[in-house]
Amino acid sequence: MNLRGLLAIYIYEMRRAFRTVGQSIISPVISTSLYFVVFGSAIGSRMDEVGGVSYGSFIVPGLIMLSVLTQSTSNGSFSIFFPKFTGTIYEILSAPLSFLEITIGYVGASMSKSMILGIIIFITAHFFVSIELLHPFWALLFFILTCLSFSLLGFVIGIWADGFEKIQIVPMLILTPLTFLGGSFYSISMLPPFWQKVSMFNPIVYLISGFRWSFYGKADVSLSISLTVICVFICICLAIVWRMFATGYKLKA
Amino acid sequence: MDSQSSVPAILISSLEKKYDNGLQALHPTDLSIQKGEIFALLGPNGAGKSTLINMVCGIVNPSGGEVKVQGYDIIKEYRQARSLIGLVPQELTTHSFETVNQIVEFSRSLFNCPKDHKYTEELLRSLTLWEKRDEKIIALSGGMKRRLLIAQALSHKPKVLFLDEPTAGVDVELRKNLWDIVLRLRDQGVTIVLTTHYIEEAEAMADRVGIINKGKIALVEDKNRLLEKFGHKKLILTLAKPLNRIPSSLQKYELEIEGEGTSLTHVYSSVEEDMNLNELLCDLSDEGIMYSDLQTKKSSLEEVFVQLVQS
Repeated sequence: MNLRGLLAIYIYEMRRAFRTVGQSIISPVISTSLYFVVFGSAIGSRMDEVGGVSYGSFIVPGLIMLSVLTQSTSNGSFSIFFPKFTGTIYEILSAPLSFLEITIGYVGASMSKSMILGIIIFITAHFFVSIELLHPFWALLFFILTCLSFSLLGFVIGIWADGFEKIQIVPMLILTPLTFLGGSFYSISMLPPFWQKVSMFNPIVYLISGFRWSFYGKADVSLSISLTVICVFICICLAIVWRMFATGYKLKA
Repeated sequence: MDSQSSVPAILISSLEKKYDNGLQALHPTDLSIQKGEIFALLGPNGAGKSTLINMVCGIVNPSGGEVKVQGYDIIKEYRQARSLIGLVPQELTTHSFETVNQIVEFSRSLFNCPKDHKYTEELLRSLTLWEKRDEKIIALSGGMKRRLLIAQALSHKPKVLFLDEPTAGVDVELRKNLWDIVLRLRDQGVTIVLTTHYIEEAEAMADRVGIINKGKIALVEDKNRLLEKFGHKKLILTLAKPLNRIPSSLQKYELEIEGEGTSLTHVYSSVEEDMNLNELLCDLSDEGIMYSDLQTKKSSLEEVFVQLVQS
């Protein structure tokens, strides 16, 4: 195994993130804090509890997921798209690295950045609302799996994209609506029966539900289904990445 | 000679590249490059030089055929094969916000080599980049970026170095400097495959030359033998008095009058000794044709190249 090569990619990517700390950390933390102020403190204080949890506290897991999902996707896609764009991808492709080592290097860095962000948001949330964490192990597991799966999705998008526009299309047109409609700000049980059924086709519902359960012990769907969905999603993304490297799709001429 | 030293540095068998749009960038090609030689691949734009190099380095997927680098298959044994290869790409594809030192160490790590500050310092000094080691790459000049690409390619001490038009857009001084580096590497036993537009570069450095055109290798030959085989010599006589026509007694020599009769030229093969040259000069004297100057000119690799590509 080329561990040094893998670590070189990881360190390079982390260094890049710290160089642009304003864009990769501060900006998402500020926007999430604004959500806490508006929905948690201002509007939330006038709303009823959701399943016995104050609205401000209820939205914390969803907001963490919202940030982590979008940042993981964005980090994952830019990390591989940039070397393709600048042409420096030749170094990676001509090095004695397997697809898995390359993927772990880039996706691992993308995950790490998202996890740092998620932890900062979690700490920040304490300044606005009171938070319980009933199942820390499960929270950590959901958190890591979510960062991994969406970093992988971003990595797939980054390989597929051949322009900046395409990098933005999937997060803007698909992920953001799915996340907002995935129960970040509400419980699925608050929806009319028809829309509850429609929501079950949104994979993000399962992630947010599982993550929220680990905080307050209340979930829209069962924990096992949430875990299965996220694991299947990771496997699909990995298979796509493997296929892309095996065929050289959008990587090699 | 042991079995390992007899293995070619690069052995290409039936290697080809056909794109999905039907373009055959490289027709099935066989090529063997020996250890320690400088092999120059010459060809016009779009001839398939970079395609061939990039397939060996793993950047382009071959459509067929096989490549072995020091006996290691580039697909099945890609780790061993790639560890032996260094590539200097044609384009100035550098990073921007990292420092020179960081990126050379990065390249070295990609090849699973531990940090070696002493070697990195030697390398950067040899490429006159040591003073710039802590500068961001974006602040470097084009020539320095070119040298940095070479430093990156050499960071893991490759046994085979591919230089894809390394001196394109580089000033004369730096070009000569790069030639010195390449010759020094050859002396250290590194096999060098060079593509270039500057034929003088191949003429100055290459041991063997391959001429590629329209995706086919037209010829592979020892450089000196190539010049002997296809090269010609030209005798140019500057006449003391202008000449209107060639006397009938001199018709057998294939002479040509040039420069409004002020000079007389005779083209002869450089491979065989032209025994007629002495005779020609005597016959000129007999005809009373006097000359004030005499020079011979050997055809360059460029002329041979043009001749081969056009044929």
